[in-house]
Amino acid sequence: MTPRTLFAKLWDAHVVHRFPGGGPALLYVDLHLVHEVTSPQAFAGLRQAGRRVRRPELTVATVDHNVPTGDRALPIEDPVSARQLDALAVNAREFGVELFDLRSPSQGIVHVIGPEQGFTQPGMIIVCGDSHTSTHGAFGALAVGIGTSEVEHVLATQCLVWSEPRTMEARLTGAAGPGVTAKDLILALIGSIGTAGATGHVIEYTGDAIRALSMEQRMTVCNMSIEAGARAGMIAPDETTFTYLAGRPRAPTGAAWTRAVEAWRGLQSDPGATYDRRVTLDAATVAPQVTWGTSPGMVTGVTGAVPDPADFPTDDERRAVSRALEYMGLAPGTPLAGLPIDRVFLGSCTNGRIEDLRAAARVVQGRRVASSVRAMVVPGSQQVRAQAEREGLDRVFREAGFEWRNAGCSMCLGMNADILQAGERCASTSNRNFEGRQGRGGRTHLMSPPMAAAAAVAGRLVDVRDWAS
Amino acid sequence: MIEPFVRHTGAVAALPRADVDTDQIIPKQFLKRVERTGFGPALFYDWRFRPDGSVNSGFELNRPEAQGATILLAGANFGCGSSREHAVWALSEYGFRAILAPSFADIFYANCCQNGVLAVRLSSEEIAELLRRHAAAGGVYRLSIDLTEQRVEDGAGFAAPFTIDAYRREMLLHGLDEIGRTLLEEDRIAAYEKGRGKGNGEGKTW
Repeated sequence: MTPRTLFAKLWDAHVVHRFPGGGPALLYVDLHLVHEVTSPQAFAGLRQAGRRVRRPELTVATVDHNVPTGDRALPIEDPVSARQLDALAVNAREFGVELFDLRSPSQGIVHVIGPEQGFTQPGMIIVCGDSHTSTHGAFGALAVGIGTSEVEHVLATQCLVWSEPRTMEARLTGAAGPGVTAKDLILALIGSIGTAGATGHVIEYTGDAIRALSMEQRMTVCNMSIEAGARAGMIAPDETTFTYLAGRPRAPTGAAWTRAVEAWRGLQSDPGATYDRRVTLDAATVAPQVTWGTSPGMVTGVTGAVPDPADFPTDDERRAVSRALEYMGLAPGTPLAGLPIDRVFLGSCTNGRIEDLRAAARVVQGRRVASSVRAMVVPGSQQVRAQAEREGLDRVFREAGFEWRNAGCSMCLGMNADILQAGERCASTSNRNFEGRQGRGGRTHLMSPPMAAAAAVAGRLVDVRDWAS
Repeated sequence: MIEPFVRHTGAVAALPRADVDTDQIIPKQFLKRVERTGFGPALFYDWRFRPDGSVNSGFELNRPEAQGATILLAGANFGCGSSREHAVWALSEYGFRAILAPSFADIFYANCCQNGVLAVRLSSEEIAELLRRHAAAGGVYRLSIDLTEQRVEDGAGFAAPFTIDAYRREMLLHGLDEIGRTLLEEDRIAAYEKGRGKGNGEGKTW
């Protein structure tokens, strides 16, 4: 048989029908994750057409995008947010879908709780009305973000119509140096191939530098596949994957677990399988990354400086860079290290997991947040928050002067009250530095949790590698 | 109902910037509605309006000649970022029936097809030529887009073919409801479900 990629194995196993004439395929969806912002119109569409949810038991809902992260005992101040949360509660009840609501001890960002609860498993096709669904590909699943019409389509039919994408292998070789995290690897890759570098492709991440990553770090890498243009990113499952999943509430148990792991071991690209495109990155060459512009591809090492628009080859790039620097309030040639910051955000589906909080806490331990900085930690889920509290990380953060908040997307996209004011500069562990993303006029610098933690203490961007001692 | 797209002639507005993300097309503060409507007035809100709410006359879509435009000429990687379909609802409600760009983000492209908005990929050179013609005409410029012929032309010497897959072309030409189309395959879906097992591949050889 022709050697096949991991992607091809998952694709072939889920084709219900191929539309004739080289059209898209109808693919069966194993897990549909739902949140409050992109689902109300989909449920309304079902209701209007008199349709039901075809497989409610394969559908899981949570609230994350616009939930307040302050005191959960208080009523929600924003009536429009409250209406959207209520709509999801009503829809979940009416259509028989399990909901992790604000009262649930397992509520959290949809891409954190899927893996944490063991819903996310290798071999699955997973969809969600959210572009960061690519996160779940870290388990050897084919996980894609979809629009609201597609959400309605999956609810009604349990299938997704998708034109077969091309494949890209991103091989990360070598070993990352001290102070260099999964976030730095993926930012460096995006910087190298560009934000549209993988458009139309599904990325498979391979190589020693990927194998060396923990499950949570792999999720950080796959999470930002969309920032390289790829609708999905994936990593073949291995012992790291199985160890992470074993014993999770919704993971298989007993004989079913044994059978599942046996099958999952076959989920890797065959030797000799070909990809449409290959890119490589030597992890040993990567420094801690910081974005300087308004797109995740506008990124460089912390030892670098703000570039000069004149150094870019095309008119389009020169215009884009000039515009970005004007928005960011930065002059060409300014060293990134030393840039004063006003806010720090630790959290998001990219970097809101327990290992992220541990790594940040190690930097913060015994130090104080600079007096000019307001810093907050927003755990990715209530389970992450509880675990951190068991480990005493909340005390480390609180004593240093961080706000310790409840789970949600929070300042990653600023749909709730957690936003930047115009002109404020933020060291953020999130995934997008678009204009206005964290608040109109806000200036976002993306980086890793240890880098953001060090910035909070120093009051300016610093190279965390200098802090190792 | 989705309005079919067969042939459309209309005024062109130009937004010659690359990487226009969906956060710009529809900023997050407008995503809290539970309906598919009401997003048009918020299109490009932070670009169209200054922080004090006044109109930013320097923004391309606020120019007098861009009023009433139904075709948007855009830069590469248009619609990148978030999957929010609200971006397409906003563009459509504002009046755009077609968007022409060298490339589109994958999810945004799919969302356009679901809402009867035609996303046309042309080469960078063709887009650059259209931008030149638009500028030379002082921003008063019209194009015709024929989906049956898969062709864009300005009636003054510019004509370019474009490609689109047959499935999406049919959907757009007839304003088809994709759910209704898929439910015609009910027998196939049911047969797949019978042999599917647990969905995680348990017991499967890949």
